[in-house]
This record gives sequence, structure tokens and C-alpha cells, in this order.
Amino acid sequence: MNAWKIFSLVAAAVLAGAAAFASDNIATLRDGAIAQEKDAPRFAKVENNDIKRKRAYPMQPPTIPHKIDGYQVDLNVNRCMACHSRRVTEATQAPMISVTHYMDRDGNFLADVSPRRYFCQQCHVTQTDARPLLANEFVDIDELLQGQ
Amino acid sequence: MKAFLLKYWRIISGPSKHYSLGFLTMGGFVMGIIFWGGFNTAMEFTNTEVFCTSCHENLYAELQDTVHFTNRSGVRAICSSCHVPHDWTDKIARKMQASKEVFAWVSGSISTPEKFEARRLHLAQNEWHRLKANDSLECRNCHQFDYMDFTAQSQRAVNRHSTALASGDRTCIDCHKGIAHRLPDMSGVDMAGLD
Repeated sequence: MNAWKIFSLVAAAVLAGAAAFASDNIATLRDGAIAQEKDAPRFAKVENNDIKRKRAYPMQPPTIPHKIDGYQVDLNVNRCMACHSRRVTEATQAPMISVTHYMDRDGNFLADVSPRRYFCQQCHVTQTDARPLLANEFVDIDELLQGQ
Repeated sequence: MKAFLLKYWRIISGPSKHYSLGFLTMGGFVMGIIFWGGFNTAMEFTNTEVFCTSCHENLYAELQDTVHFTNRSGVRAICSSCHVPHDWTDKIARKMQASKEVFAWVSGSISTPEKFEARRLHLAQNEWHRLKANDSLECRNCHQFDYMDFTAQSQRAVNRHSTALASGDRTCIDCHKGIAHRLPDMSGVDMAGLD
């Protein structure tokens, strides 16, 4: 019975803490009374300048610097590969998908893009001009090393 | 049979016994307007979205996701904008070809979505060949190269439009396949206008 009581107390404390944390976040994101329906924010514009962004760390999947509206990526066809596959990059001058995309999980090379890398947008995403909701506290590894 | 035809030939080749020349010419003129107008109206009805989607409702649903259905300026294409030539003689030729498609409809050769998907690459290739042969005429009915402002296009678009398209080496459909439809299995089909 005593253990039961302790468990309930801990559970209550955790729940209260979570609720307080959540309400704090909601207040910063919402910026309005809870019962009031806010106007939806404007749609952000997708970056379409074809200029590569710096990667935050070496393994970061590069972002997509152009619009991909209506690109069909499914069982039938992968629109991204119409420009980014090895075969066509000379004509399109688009960056070729990296060599890791032609490897299966055992490191064997394949003739075409590996099925596990087929859905580009699992890792690569477009960027928009939306204002960040929260400040980004990411520190680049170079800055981190300099700070030591 | 021969006597029957001969009788009618005599009536047609002989002069009118009861009707005046004025009545016959004016009557012919009025009936001409009615029949010609009726024919053209009926043919134009087969160019309407209502007519197309009475069978192709699945394609209409696909079109709704694309820029040719909804976009910032509100100009849109309907089926016939791209699939039927706008000039009258070409239009009649295409409509005559389409009689084969009516036969396919009657015989039920593409009566289910599964049958349609199975034939989809073949059907799409028919249209790609047609547009390749006429230099993407139906695209160019709206998208006229002479009035394209490259400065308003993205760099990627300028790179392709100012070179391969401008020189006539490539035509719209070489790169813009599946612009208003979902694509079929494209393995082995050139998507970047290379071939």
C-alpha cells in the first residue's frame, strides 16, 4: 500500500510538471488567449535560389535549394532522379546523389539508387523564409572547438 | 433496287415543280446554318470538362492537385486544352482518331482502374509522341516561347529554356512529362529530355 502511495505521488508530480512545461510552450507559440482562435500564419515561401547552403555538420543531408511542388516520388517514378541520378547529371548539372545512396546496408554497390535511399524527402527538405518560432542554439563544431 | 435509285435520281436531277427558287435557296441556307451549328455545337460539347469527366473522373481527381488546375492567377486548363488541337482541321482529324477510343469504351477494354493502370504507359506514350511530333503545339497555345521572360524564371528553368528549347533541339514534353497527370512506371523512359 505504501509503494502504491509513493507511485501515485510520483505520477502526480510528473504529470503536473509536464502540464506546466506544456502550458509554458503553448504560451510562447500561441501568443493569444487559449479560448480564442488565432488567424493562421501566412504560408512561408519556399527558397528557390539554387544556392547551396552550408551544412551544419559533415553528415547533414544537404537541403533542397529549390521548389519541389508536385514532384512525384512513388513506386512508379522518382522525379528528383530525373536530374540528380548519375546518368543525367552531365546534362542537368545538378549534384549527383552521393555515393552512399548507391550502397546497400552491407556496403555493396548497386547500379541504381538503393531502395532504402529512394524517398529523398525522408532526409532532404526544402527551406522556407518562415520566422523561426524558437531561437536555434545549435553551435557549429568549429566554434565549439575555438571556445575550449 | 436499281429502279428505286433511278426514281430518286430523277426527282433530284429534275427541276422543282412546287417550290420556288427563292424558297429552296433560302431554305437551304437556313437549314445549313441549323445543321452546321448543330454539328459544331455537338462537337464542342465533346470538348467540355463535363463530357470528359463523365468517364475519366479518376484523371480529373489527379488534375486537381496540379498547377494546371489551381494556381495563383486562376487561369486553368481543361482536358481539351491539351488533348484536342485548337485548329479546326486538326481538331476534326483528332476527333476522327478518337472514334477508335469510343470503340474501346464500348468494348470495355479499359473498364476498371486496374485495366487503366496496366495500359497507362502505352496511353501516355501515345500522347507524348503526338506532342513531340507537333512540337508541343497544345502547350504552346498558351505558353508562347516568344513571350517568355527569362528574368522572371528560376535559374534552372533559364538554363534549359534558353538553350535546348530556344534552339529547337527539345520541345516542352521532353522534360515536362506528367505535368498534369500522375506518371506510370517510368523505368526506361527518359525524363530529363536527354534522348
